[in-house]
Amino acid sequence: MIITKQKGFDDLLIRIGKEPVFIIGCSECATLCHTGGEKEILIMKNALENKGINVTGWVILEPACNFQNDKRLLRNYDKEITTAKKILVLACGNGVQTVSEILNVFDVIPGTDTLFLGEIKHANEFEKRCIMCGDCIQYDFGDFCPISRCPKNMLNGPCGGVKDGKCEVDPDMDCVWHIIYKCLKENDKLHIIQDIAKPKKWSKSAETKRRI
Amino acid sequence: MNYRSNLERILDENKFAVTAEIGPPKGSDPSKIKEKGNMVRGCADAFNITDNQTAVVRMSSMAGCCIILNMNLEPIMQITCRDRNRIALQSDVLGAAAIGVKNILCITGDHQSFGNHPDSKGVYDVDSIQLIQIIKNMRDEGIFQSGDEILSGRPNVYIGAAANPFTEPCELTIKRLEKKIRAGANFIQTQAVFNVDKFNVWMDEVRSQGLEKKIHILAGVTPLKSLKMTERMKYHVPGVDLPDDIFEKMKCATDPKLEGHNIALDIIKQIKKIRGVSGVHITALFWEDIIPSLIKESDLLPRP
Repeated sequence: MIITKQKGFDDLLIRIGKEPVFIIGCSECATLCHTGGEKEILIMKNALENKGINVTGWVILEPACNFQNDKRLLRNYDKEITTAKKILVLACGNGVQTVSEILNVFDVIPGTDTLFLGEIKHANEFEKRCIMCGDCIQYDFGDFCPISRCPKNMLNGPCGGVKDGKCEVDPDMDCVWHIIYKCLKENDKLHIIQDIAKPKKWSKSAETKRRI
Repeated sequence: MNYRSNLERILDENKFAVTAEIGPPKGSDPSKIKEKGNMVRGCADAFNITDNQTAVVRMSSMAGCCIILNMNLEPIMQITCRDRNRIALQSDVLGAAAIGVKNILCITGDHQSFGNHPDSKGVYDVDSIQLIQIIKNMRDEGIFQSGDEILSGRPNVYIGAAANPFTEPCELTIKRLEKKIRAGANFIQTQAVFNVDKFNVWMDEVRSQGLEKKIHILAGVTPLKSLKMTERMKYHVPGVDLPDDIFEKMKCATDPKLEGHNIALDIIKQIKKIRGVSGVHITALFWEDIIPSLIKESDLLPRP
């Protein structure tokens, strides 16, 4: 799932100004992240109205990244959208762009920051699991990803900054190499990380491609 | 025997080696690095020139090496994976070899979030072990990481790496050391040793696998200059294991500099007795002028 975090309300107010707003949410990731579902949209609507900003309407796209579907759905809100001067999108970075492409306006404001591809650990607790590198190598590391889960992308064991199994960058974060080591050791499979892992093939990433 | 560097000669002749760190200045003034070079001249066999250590912008390591070389001192160029991709790393290795650098120490690097540009993007295209292997292949096989051939001049450098004996589990730390040896590292400089007991445990493991016969290990020594620095080392510098008794000594000291000097002397004395340790690596952070007396009082002068 794409994990997002709502931008600070004050930052959004600076972008919105005093003009009327139409709010767009997403039925999938942003709903599960509690950043752009019905509840969050209504809270946002209320907060904006309390600041004297007119909210012309709102809609939840199903999901925001589905171009053709969004196009059909948004047609039903033509009046509310035309009355609004700003469009606030509570979806991922993809959703923001899909909406702006359909509406062909420049006043689409991203209401969230898109963080990573991750799992829902517990309610409102998310963990990064993938950076979409285009070349999955987890099999060589006991089915854990050292690229997305190590701030230094270490492929040959932990760096020297690890302390009590925790990452030097964030002491609340488990060092992925300790997770890999523990799991492989328990399963008598330490030989998997015996060989020197070769430099990663970043050419397989989608950086130079836009479409598949 | 043709040695690549003075450091390689000393280590291969089984003489107890001394290396010392010279941190480049936070500015372009070359006189700062020259002053430090003159201060420590004759006290060590080679001098580490750090590469934006703790992710704080300083004069580049290669420029620092160039200044040191012009003073007829031998540098160890530190090179981190944090700020350069494999193209820039290999290019700098060629450049360093061209200006006369004979030793290169490969490290992954402190994370950029600790430095003075926390908003920067880290590179980490390759890790330190991969970098060691890349430089070894450039030197011994004449090929770049891509497999492309080096056309004019292989970088004939002595390759170093870092190790932290204080990280757990020991088995994983040793595994990484063993990988560094396999990748092609010739010498190791360890994290600063304060906890000699723990260092001994690590060295026991090193010896039990015969790794000290495959690589020269230089134990890190950092003299403590003040209580403030001791606190920083104990609580804020990643990877450092500073035991409570040393902390207490520094806390109670009436003359912290003298106490720090004595603690460092004692640590060097203990390290010299450990089988399989080939030398010491002195990192006197912003206190390079302590190095001559520390080396002299440790009976490590004159240098061979």
